[in-house]
Amino acid sequence: MLVIQNLHAKVGDKPILNGVNLNINQGEVHAIMGPNGSGKSTLASILAGRDDYEVTDGEVVYMGQNLLELEPEERAWAGVFLSFQYPVEVPGVKNIYLLKAAVNASREHRGLPELKAGDFLKFVREKLKVMQMDEAFLHRNVNEGFSGGEKKRNEILQMQLLEPTLALLDETDSGLDVDALRVVGEGINRMRSPEQSVLLITHYQRLLEIVKPDLVHVLAHGEIILSGDHTLAEKLEREGYEGIKAA
Amino acid sequence: MSQSEIDQLVDQEYKYGFITEIESDTLPPGLNENVIREISARKGEPEWLLEWRLEAYTKWLQMTPPDWAHLDYSPIDFQAISYFSAPKQQGDGPKSLDEVDPALIETYNKLGIPLEEQKMLAGVAVDAVFDSVSVVTTFKEKLHEAGVVFCPLSEAVHSHPKLVKKFLGSVVPQNDNYYAALNSAVFSDGSFVYIPKGVRCPMELSTYFRINQQNTGQFERTLIVAEDNSYVSYLEGCTAPQRDENQLHAAVVELIAGTDAEIKYATVQNWFAGDDDGKGGIYNFVTKRGECRGDRAKISWTQLETGSAITWKYPSCVLKGADSVGEFYSVAVAGKKQQADTGTKMIHIGPRSRSTIISKGISTARGQNTYRGLVKVLPGAVDVRNFTQCDSLLIGDQCGAHTFPYVEAQEPSAQLEHEATTSKVSDDQLFYLRTRGMSEEDALNMVVNGFCKEVFQKLPMEFAVEAEALLGITLEGAVG
Repeated sequence: MLVIQNLHAKVGDKPILNGVNLNINQGEVHAIMGPNGSGKSTLASILAGRDDYEVTDGEVVYMGQNLLELEPEERAWAGVFLSFQYPVEVPGVKNIYLLKAAVNASREHRGLPELKAGDFLKFVREKLKVMQMDEAFLHRNVNEGFSGGEKKRNEILQMQLLEPTLALLDETDSGLDVDALRVVGEGINRMRSPEQSVLLITHYQRLLEIVKPDLVHVLAHGEIILSGDHTLAEKLEREGYEGIKAA
Repeated sequence: MSQSEIDQLVDQEYKYGFITEIESDTLPPGLNENVIREISARKGEPEWLLEWRLEAYTKWLQMTPPDWAHLDYSPIDFQAISYFSAPKQQGDGPKSLDEVDPALIETYNKLGIPLEEQKMLAGVAVDAVFDSVSVVTTFKEKLHEAGVVFCPLSEAVHSHPKLVKKFLGSVVPQNDNYYAALNSAVFSDGSFVYIPKGVRCPMELSTYFRINQQNTGQFERTLIVAEDNSYVSYLEGCTAPQRDENQLHAAVVELIAGTDAEIKYATVQNWFAGDDDGKGGIYNFVTKRGECRGDRAKISWTQLETGSAITWKYPSCVLKGADSVGEFYSVAVAGKKQQADTGTKMIHIGPRSRSTIISKGISTARGQNTYRGLVKVLPGAVDVRNFTQCDSLLIGDQCGAHTFPYVEAQEPSAQLEHEATTSKVSDDQLFYLRTRGMSEEDALNMVVNGFCKEVFQKLPMEFAVEAEALLGITLEGAVG
């Protein structure tokens, strides 16, 4: 469902991705690991449609269409979701207002009727429970004054509501304590289905103990240098990236 | 002025867009004592009011236009403006909607003014000021039962002369400023509201102003008196058709609140802003002031300013009563080549009086937005509190935001707080919302509405919805 071929990208004059190749099938969970500055977040941003980067070569095909041609919102409508490493604050906008607008935008493009206020509330309450979040979350401004952990839970809550076909999770585990990590991880597991694919970007193996990936890739200097099953993550944890490179 | 000159001006044909073709009765351009006598005579005013106008005119002649605002425009030729325009009517004026010129009703419909029966049932009484004369006043009966007076000021001069004489100019004196003096000399019409002691006005009062006639200055004057223990909420909406010339709007609004009385005054201003290069548009020079005369009186101003080529407007509160409260909530948008210099004055005279100022300025395209505010604490006003928050939001890189907060405190016990922020709508915010499925425009609207929320919350609900919609229209094309 997602095929990335020879993707090159730069920001300004600085090349960041130097020929990424990746193939994610429907229902698969892939993890990308790699040292700081290896291009992990850039890859996620480009897939979600951020225009700070210039794609200089290669292509990305998602569900048969050229993903790079679509606007960020068109990608969202097509079922792509990015959980932000640093979720953005939107002062004065209540969380529930954004959630409802997002859900209805997605429904509209799937040809579904708008959810009425009551139905939406029921739907969102169900997901709040999964994420062990208090209903007060709905009435706080989007990410404003949220702790790091709250922001990440909020991202996964949004993911659950939007039911994406492809979820890009950019360091969703960073800044989470052990309990929050479990909640978030289980939230991601609930998403797993034959129709839904996940691309996890992470530094650490600990999330991967909860969300077992089908494939693990190591990204370094803008290229995937190694791929393997989940045991690769354990090896990385033991030996570090230097060890992998040396091998 | 001769009758033939007047006749010549009647039956003018209009060529442009959305302009109501209606027979009107317009004085030729120019201002002198005779014009003022003519205005007064046509309105059948009592002698004292004519004298009052002439006195104001004499004062105006000795004054000069204020030049301290952060505004750039060519001097206004006051002799090129016509000072009176009234829709022509047969007989004594309409008794019901059926008698009103259909073209006028059509105009109101285009503006979405709820004049039809079913909308009236929604609880909005409308005193519509069309150019200079109030045409239809609805719901008067229901208000009458409550003892509330809500009518055109020109009517109140006849029906409630004592009240008008007592309060007119008692908050904004004739020579308060250049434009207030001009208004006092030539004011056309406006609303008069009187809430007797202990009465809670049973509905929101609403007035729509509209400048229709070409080259006509609009000089409405509104007077709202809330006696002790009374309450009233008032909304004015303003709009004007698109024209190439600049039109002058110099209004005066006076509010008087007695002991334990409360007045809420909300404005949604959408006068024509001129085109992208600053051609045309309304010059809006307005004096609005409320006086809390009694203890624990409360006056709040809420405004959404999206239109006008130039806005010069500082709705103020004079807090005379002990424990009286003044509030100012404002959203001002300057886009295109608009210039807005707006803010408030809070004058603390009574002990323990409190004021809150929340000002939200949005600048986009080549707009220039200035907040100018004064918080003044007079000797004897002990334990006064003020909280001021001025936030500016910039969209794009050719616009400007400016803040001029003035403080004059003559009481050491005063607690005055000031917070100011300037922010840009960030690409991060827009991108975040777009990844959640908002279009770029919807994303911008969401960010801007969030920025304005503290103010919109103060508007009556149905108008808050309208305000959000209006803001959306105003910001169309601001990104991308």
